[in-house]
Parts: sequence; C-alpha cells; structure tokens
Amino acid sequence: MEQLLALFVRAVFVENMALAFFLGMCTFIAISKKISTAFGLGVAVIVVLAITVPVNNLIYNYLLADGALAWAGLPDVDLSFLGFLSYIGVIAAMVQILEMFLDRFVPVLYNALGVFLPLITVNCAILGASLWMVERDYTFVESTVFGLGCGVGWALAITALAGVREKLKYSDVPEGLRGLGITFISVGLMSLCFMSFGGIDI
Amino acid sequence: MSTTKEVLVDPIFNNNPIALQVLGICSALAVTINMSTTLVMCAAVIFVTTMSNIAVSLVRNRVPTNIRIIVQMTIIASLVIVVDQVLQAVAYDISKSLSVFVGLIITNCIVMGRAEAFAMQNGPYLSALDGFGNALGYSVILVGVALLREPLGSGTLMGFEILPKVTEGGWYVPNGMMLLSPSAFFIIGLFIWAIRSWKKEQIEEPEYEIAANVQYKEAM
Repeated sequence: MEQLLALFVRAVFVENMALAFFLGMCTFIAISKKISTAFGLGVAVIVVLAITVPVNNLIYNYLLADGALAWAGLPDVDLSFLGFLSYIGVIAAMVQILEMFLDRFVPVLYNALGVFLPLITVNCAILGASLWMVERDYTFVESTVFGLGCGVGWALAITALAGVREKLKYSDVPEGLRGLGITFISVGLMSLCFMSFGGIDI
Repeated sequence: MSTTKEVLVDPIFNNNPIALQVLGICSALAVTINMSTTLVMCAAVIFVTTMSNIAVSLVRNRVPTNIRIIVQMTIIASLVIVVDQVLQAVAYDISKSLSVFVGLIITNCIVMGRAEAFAMQNGPYLSALDGFGNALGYSVILVGVALLREPLGSGTLMGFEILPKVTEGGWYVPNGMMLLSPSAFFIIGLFIWAIRSWKKEQIEEPEYEIAANVQYKEAM
C-alpha cells in the first residue's frame, strides 16, 4: 500500500508527465489559454489514462510479451513488436467508447469536454504512459495507480499553466516573445519549480 | 517549378513546425541532451514523416473520410515499428537511450498533422517533399538545441571533448541545468524569439494593449 502511494506521488510530482518528460506538450501549449477548458481537458486525460494504462498492461502481459501466449498453447511466440500498433489501437478505441458512453449517460460532461475528447488520442502523454508501463514492468495494480497518477499530474500542470497564462496576457512582453515564446519560458520556469519535488522521498 | 521549392523550404524557417505551428514539441525536448541521440531521432522522424505522407497520399482517394484517422494511425504505427526494429538491430545502445521516444513518434503531431493537412489533398510527390521539409524544419530546431545543450551541459559534442571540464583538469565548469529538462524550454523560447525578430510577420498580435498613462502627464 505504502509502495503504491509512493508510486502515485512520484507520478504526480517528481516524474510529472508534462513538466519532467515533456509528454503531451502540443495540447499542453495549445489548449492552456483558459483555466476552465484546461481543467476540462485535464479531467478527460485523467479518465483516459486511468483506463488505458491498465488495459494495455493486460494486453501486454497476456497477448504480446515473450511467452505470454502460453495459455493458448503457444509458449514460443513473441509478439512484442506489435506493441505500438496495439497500444495506439486500444487508446483510439477507448477514447471512442468513452465518447459514446459520455454522450449517452453523462451529456453534461460530454458537452463540457467537446472537441477535446477525440484530441486525446494523439496526446503523447497517453501513449507515453503505456510505453513507460511496459518498459518498467509494472503489475496490473501498479499500472492502474501509475495511470491515475500520470493523469492527475498532467491535469495539475495544465491547469497551473493556464492560470499563469491568464495573468500573462495582461503583461507587456517583448514583441518577438509574445505568445508562444513567453509560454515556453514560463513552462521552463514551472518545470524548474517541479524539480524541487525531486527531493521528496517516501 | 517554384511550388516544389516552396513546399520543401518553407517549413524550415517561414512555417517551422515547432516554432510556429506548435507541432511535435514533446519529443523535441527530451532527446536533445546529446547530439548522437538527436541525430538518430531526426533521421527517424524524417523517414517516418516522408514515408507516411507518401503512403497517405497514395490511398487518399480510396479511404472513406470517417475512418481516415484510424488508417493514418495504422500506417504511421507500422512505419514506427519498422524504425524501432531497425534501431534495435543496428544501434542497440542508442535505441535504449531513446527508450520510449521512438514509440512516441506515432503521436508526434508533425507526422499526423502533415498527413491530415497536406497529404490528404496533394499527390505523392509533393507530399513527400512536404513531409521531408517539415521533418527537416523539426530537425533544424532539434540539432540547434542539442548543439547548445551538449557542450554547455557536459563539455562534449557527439562524445568528443569540446570544452575541457574542471574535473578533468580543464577550465570549463559544466552547467548542470543544461542537462535538465527546463533548459530545453528556455532554449526553444529564445529560438522562437530569435526567429521572430528576424521574420517580423510571425509576431503574434497582443490580446490586450496597455493604455497610455495619461495620469502621469497631468501630475507633472
């Protein structure tokens, strides 16, 4: 239990998807102009990550890994090279299912998320989390916690950046830095701040 | 033919995928700690973008629009699998140090973005050039960032010593921050500044203008 909590805290703060590994940067920079939309997107990312990482974990361990097909009587088959294709397939399918589910049962959230839901498919943070999970050999429970942690960390980072940018637009920035340039530099500063969490040891 | 040249050269400075279109930043930052991984990454992205643009352009008239995303994804993912397998076979060390970032080429917005925005409307020849040009624009920024980060951070370039370090009897004290993630953001931010002071038309319009201070004159 304690170990899982440590994993969660590490995924949220120390190894923050957006600020330490630069994953999901495109959406991170593009959709962080307003706090409300940034927060909506963050919630969607949390949900998708918390579902896809464990699902991909099951797929990897029971279908793709070396010798994983032993239950089907094929102990020598190693399908791990099909990983990328399967993970992205799972992610695309999950996003689609989630979209239909929300549309049918939780229309309020569906309308709030709107166009961001399909965009999540190409968010590197989602695929990145699955690939980290495979590379670090997480178990099913660990990968659930890890997925959730990554999602929360990403949502936290994008909401914080949106807060900074809302204030930033009233400031007098040098011409060439306006918009994208100053955003990059503020993200750099935020990333520097998040590095101070590196000392946390649980 | 002038358009051929435009399609190829435009994305490098005038319409750079990283500095202007905000595409493909994720991997741009993480692999630039040293030059050799950067070059491998650039080569991989150039290959995948060019080939996927050709492939998407060839099938563009046969794919129904509502399943086009999944078709593009499949094409791109297959190409990335090829790259990954080749890297593991030929350059295992570099493939290990790139770790998940090879896989992340799939979700690199440049590949997907160009397939969707250009290859769906144009023939295979122009699409190939467009893919190549955009990947080149991406590479220019990546190599530029790596060119600053590796020498300043560890005193080497491609593993050769450029600035002799204090710890090894030289004079250069390595700047540890260059090895950490924030430096990449700062460098790209400054790059954007440099490009935009050169190409003025890329400057973004301010959303709010600070009104002139009239009170000040009255007070005088």
